[in-house]
Amino acid sequence: MQDSHTTAAHHPAFQHHFETMEQQRQASTLGMWLFLITEILFFGGMFTVYLVYRNWYFASFAAGSLTLDVTLGTFNTVVLIGSSLTMALAVHGAETGKRGMLVGFLILTILLGATFLGVKAVEYTHKFEEHHVPGPSFRFGSEELRHFHEEATMLRSTQIHGVELGEVQLFFSLYFAMTGMHALHMIIGIGVLSVLVWKARHGRYSPEYFAPVEYAGLYWHFVDIVWIFLFPLLYLITRHVGVHP
Amino acid sequence: MSGHVVPLKVYFAIFATLMVLTAVTVRVAFINLGPFNAAVALGIATTKAVLVILYFMHVRYGSKLTWVVILAGFFWLGILLALTMTDYITRSLPHLPT
Repeated sequence: MQDSHTTAAHHPAFQHHFETMEQQRQASTLGMWLFLITEILFFGGMFTVYLVYRNWYFASFAAGSLTLDVTLGTFNTVVLIGSSLTMALAVHGAETGKRGMLVGFLILTILLGATFLGVKAVEYTHKFEEHHVPGPSFRFGSEELRHFHEEATMLRSTQIHGVELGEVQLFFSLYFAMTGMHALHMIIGIGVLSVLVWKARHGRYSPEYFAPVEYAGLYWHFVDIVWIFLFPLLYLITRHVGVHP
Repeated sequence: MSGHVVPLKVYFAIFATLMVLTAVTVRVAFINLGPFNAAVALGIATTKAVLVILYFMHVRYGSKLTWVVILAGFFWLGILLALTMTDYITRSLPHLPT
């Protein structure tokens, strides 16, 4: 006990109010998870709203969902899960003291994150051009509705009653709120990772101390998990209305 | 540091599994399973999330205290979802005699 205390105390990142580096690490890991749980409940609130309204306004939500681009959504899912892999590899580089691996994979993670945001910007642009943004200029034309009704009549479901424009606006409000909040988290994440790149290049991290890298990783993976749920809920779960049973 | 260093091949295996599950969920979305489409999509999403949490986020190798905190967090999320939905999904049921 006394030995580990004195040896650990040599590390510049060691805080005096902890007994050992290991105790400091466990306390900060716990703190990071408590923060992530507040984030889970924050996004959980929006997911709850989405589930309630999807249940009530099924047809309108299906009509709105069918206008989203599955190809771009799938591409972004692959990009974001890929960025989680590169983030895990960056943490591995920190754990094993490979500075080049740490810096390289942090930069790759940032680039993949930026790719995701770029694709998201393209999708948002489409939505603005099609007047699918809720507000005074919202338009959900007869073209989209005819397309939807042709597909919906093929589905022998009692859930299809009709599409109300106000309800479709609600779908798009939730689409922009949820993907927008997710994108904001990614922008913050990219900022955090950029600081880590700078610090890692200056040799601030070692196998004895790389907590900021580890916790930035936890945050990045959390943001990935939010998208893992957003993608099927927004893009996928009503695609089958156009398919014969 | 007594942290567990996860072998690189574990990360690659998890990534490959996540890619396969992504392909499956997109493919299945275009097959009409009626009410089971939503169940399959959310089931696959939950599986992917658990893989990310256990391996990429190192929870599998974490302390018992970390496990308790995470499970408590998801338990609260469960309360939020379940208790809210018990209200909203039963509102369309016929009124029972009082």
